[in-house]
Amino acid sequence: MDSQMVMYEEDHKKILVVIGRLVREANAKGIFVVDRNGQLIAEAGEVRGIDTTSLASLTAGSIAATGGLAKIIGEQDFPVHFHQGLKDSLHITMVAGRWILVVIFDERSSLGLVRLRVKKAGADMSKIFEDLAKKADAEAASGTSPFAEITDDDIDNLFND
Amino acid sequence: MSFINYSSREINCKIVYYGPGLCGKTTNLQWIYAKTNPDLKGKMISLATETERTLFFDFLPLSLGQIRGFKTRFHLYTVPGQVFYDASRKLILKGVDGVIFVADSQIERMEANLESMDNLRINLKDQGYELEKVPFVIQFNKRDLPNAAPLDELRRALNPLGVPDFEASAHNGSGVFETLKHVAKLVLSDLKRLGR
Repeated sequence: MDSQMVMYEEDHKKILVVIGRLVREANAKGIFVVDRNGQLIAEAGEVRGIDTTSLASLTAGSIAATGGLAKIIGEQDFPVHFHQGLKDSLHITMVAGRWILVVIFDERSSLGLVRLRVKKAGADMSKIFEDLAKKADAEAASGTSPFAEITDDDIDNLFND
Repeated sequence: MSFINYSSREINCKIVYYGPGLCGKTTNLQWIYAKTNPDLKGKMISLATETERTLFFDFLPLSLGQIRGFKTRFHLYTVPGQVFYDASRKLILKGVDGVIFVADSQIERMEANLESMDNLRINLKDQGYELEKVPFVIQFNKRDLPNAAPLDELRRALNPLGVPDFEASAHNGSGVFETLKHVAKLVLSDLKRLGR
């Protein structure tokens, strides 16, 4: 069972720096970082008009389904996915086993360039996620979650119609 | 597995509707989607077959309001109920924070209910969860049908743990929000407990 996932502001900023650079260096349209369970972590580039919540959930579903296929044929995972469209294409990569990097690109870029740049960005992100996991574990051990303090009234108030 | 995002001040939780084929899981989500303020919901996604049977999952993101300055967002998923989609059901249970088991009250669906409940227990175990420890409620759906089994019989068969259960007729919305609210409360209470 996975532990609870936490994202801190400083780590979020570090991820934004990496994907902001990736947008420029890969000539990408937009980039998303999604958790394996379908939560959107970060986005960069031309992402207006895109339903990001649905994108995150479907990306995770797709990764889960192809991961299941991989196991059936004796592979651990398919870490890289590429979906080619008429205008826009999607390049999807697993990062550090638990995170998904989604790059949307069009004719201004190429699969080769995206693959090359994603490799470097993926390595940078792995480092950030490793640090983040250590920090989250330390916080869980010290019991400093902001939700330790919520009361039953806080919860009830959410449901007052 | 809930996700606390300090950067966007959000907490995200995942709730899965489980149950046998045609028990009304998708209907629950459709009712919630239809009756929720547009500002509080995202787009509903249904990955279904041509005959509108769930193929992979339905998905509906829902905002509930703020707790201690954090926006609470719930991601509602249904599983495909048909027996042969078991591999998909396993995948959807990954990272679940709360489960609603939708039982079909019709007498002739009793065996399908029991089979699906066993399947839920097994698939949760595969993911490292125990049904007894996960925020869990049961909804007895289709109470309005003439062939619905008596409530105490359903309880005896499907709710030996005595978890909170609700009567519902999802097609007219009765019991739908009560069930959702209760599991959401259990999930948030669990978060509080884990935070200690």
